Amino acid sequence: MSYAIEAEGLVKRFGDTVALDGVNLAVPPGKVLGVLGPNGAGKTTAVRVLATLLRADEGWARVAGYDVATQATAVRGIIGLTGQYASVDEDLSGTENLVLIGKLLGLSKADAKARAAELLAKFELTDAASRSVKTYSGGMRRRADLAASLVGRPQVLYLDEPTTGLDPHSRNEVWATVRGLVDDGVTVLLTTQYLEEADQLADLITVIDHGKVIAAGTPYELKRRTGGQSLQVRPTVAADTPAIATILRELTGIEPLVNTDAGLLSTPVDNPLLLSSVVRRLDEAGITADEIGLRLPSLDDVFLTLTGRTTPTTPVTEGSLA
Amino acid sequence: MTTATAPITHISPGSALRHGFTLAGRAVTKVRKNPESLLDVTLQPIIFLLLFVYLFGGAIQGSTDAYLQVLLPGLMVQNIAFASLGTGMALNADITKGVFDRFRSMPIARSAPLIGAVLGDIVRFVVTLTVLLVVAVIMGFRVQTDPGRFLIAIALLIAFGLCLCWVSVFVGMLVKSPQAVPGTLVAFIFPLTFGSNVFVPSDSLPGWLQVWVDINPVTHLANAARGLLLGGDWVADAGWAFLWAIGIAAVFFPLALRAYRRRVG
Ligand SMILES: Nc1ncnc2c1ncn2[C@@H]1O[C@H](COP(=O)(O)OP(=O)(O)OP(=O)(O)O)[C@@H](O)[C@H]1O
Ligand SMILES: [Mg+2]
Repeated sequence: MSYAIEAEGLVKRFGDTVALDGVNLAVPPGKVLGVLGPNGAGKTTAVRVLATLLRADEGWARVAGYDVATQATAVRGIIGLTGQYASVDEDLSGTENLVLIGKLLGLSKADAKARAAELLAKFELTDAASRSVKTYSGGMRRRADLAASLVGRPQVLYLDEPTTGLDPHSRNEVWATVRGLVDDGVTVLLTTQYLEEADQLADLITVIDHGKVIAAGTPYELKRRTGGQSLQVRPTVAADTPAIATILRELTGIEPLVNTDAGLLSTPVDNPLLLSSVVRRLDEAGITADEIGLRLPSLDDVFLTLTGRTTPTTPVTEGSLA
Repeated sequence: MTTATAPITHISPGSALRHGFTLAGRAVTKVRKNPESLLDVTLQPIIFLLLFVYLFGGAIQGSTDAYLQVLLPGLMVQNIAFASLGTGMALNADITKGVFDRFRSMPIARSAPLIGAVLGDIVRFVVTLTVLLVVAVIMGFRVQTDPGRFLIAIALLIAFGLCLCWVSVFVGMLVKSPQAVPGTLVAFIFPLTFGSNVFVPSDSLPGWLQVWVDINPVTHLANAARGLLLGGDWVADAGWAFLWAIGIAAVFFPLALRAYRRRVG
């Protein structure tokens, strides 16, 4: 089987910091790989190595069969990159940025202009097309950046936290764009801190922490593998939340996830019998719940179990420890 | 739709040059949108011109009119040298920005941004020379020769600037911030431009300084420019200036390229 992106044993050191500590990745053509990990895990470093911007100290990586170190030009010819930090020219307008890229990629001036207009329209930037990017809002910049990475119709697209800082509408737009590209056969590697994003888009997920892959598989596999199941409680009265959290903590020994917006507490459990204990304890305490049940754990639970940390934010809802 | 095209495995020198021109176009667009970025190459020549002609002209040459004639060709050389500082500053500012990552992730020549920056600088050279000439003509300067020799002078000056700017590119790739480029290069540019016969005739100087002034490329180029604009011999001086320029480029172009490669990977 040939992979669109394949890496083995990638090591990258910055002085004493080991940013990548033997990372393996494999993405089949036309699939979306979600790379998850907390701040400083090495996600951006991995993307930069795969995009030929950084040279790994050890290991190798191939994109569509081309080695990123020795066949960098061929790799650059088929990839598109939206880095974590905007990589459009602030002094130029949206149109000028995209036309410049088109021309560098060998398009005629007319073709470059047509492609720029098409992409700006797609990302709802037509009204701002002739303004300096300097005047764009954070979300507009992000979209301009995405548009820039698509000018060359890449076969392999890297998106480093593409929706960080976007409002829900723009985020949905980006998700729709990614799905559209995947339908066209594009392979996508996407890093994110948003578990929901990975859940929505990714066919495969790799969780990185401290430069090491700590889990890899389909979202389903990961949810199955970690903690078995997730026990969820939806209090009838929000004021009962702390009391319920205490009961769950006593029974499981770990701090449950409290999602205030959704009015939901959840905790990974490996013993399904715990459910009856929870019901009994709530009964004794005189607390009623609208919903108590066992589910496949969410990726939030997976992440919590794997790294011992919650993710800083989730897009639609704010998850925080009680 | 992914259209399967043949992989790009090699970038020909022709493509590299085309990419360079496209990026030079970017530099020009930026200047057009932000004309105050040209202040250093417009205001400074005017100040030097006014200051030297009206303040020192009488003392140095006896009359401000006569001094203007000999000063202007030399000032053109000096301002080209100063303008070349901008290349390293601009490039330093550029490589620290995200847009450089985009260029580096595209199938374009590694050297294209470098070529683009240097070619884009021709605009700054032309602007600084034009401003100097226009103000000087208003003050009474007249080209005494023909348009042909005038154009040779301009071409020589720009060629000199294009060679000299590799020094500033080299320094620009070594220092952390753009502002450090002129700071570092002052030690190089001042002896070059002031230790010349641009402002005073070399025979008015002490012997040890005369030795330097007489071999200084700025002196040679200033002499050549005087010959080309005012009449008189210029070929030998132009030859020396040209050799110097080639020598400077031969040393600093590879150094700059290596520093650039090391900096941007
Ligand atoms: N150029 C560099 N010089 C020194 N250290 C670096 C450099 N780039 C990354 N690092 C270090 O490498 C580690 C991994 O960084 P990286 O940016 O890849 O993390 P990340 O997973 O993308 O984090 P985030 O979620 O915050 O974007 C961090 O400890 C970081 O400080
Ligand atoms: Mg990152």
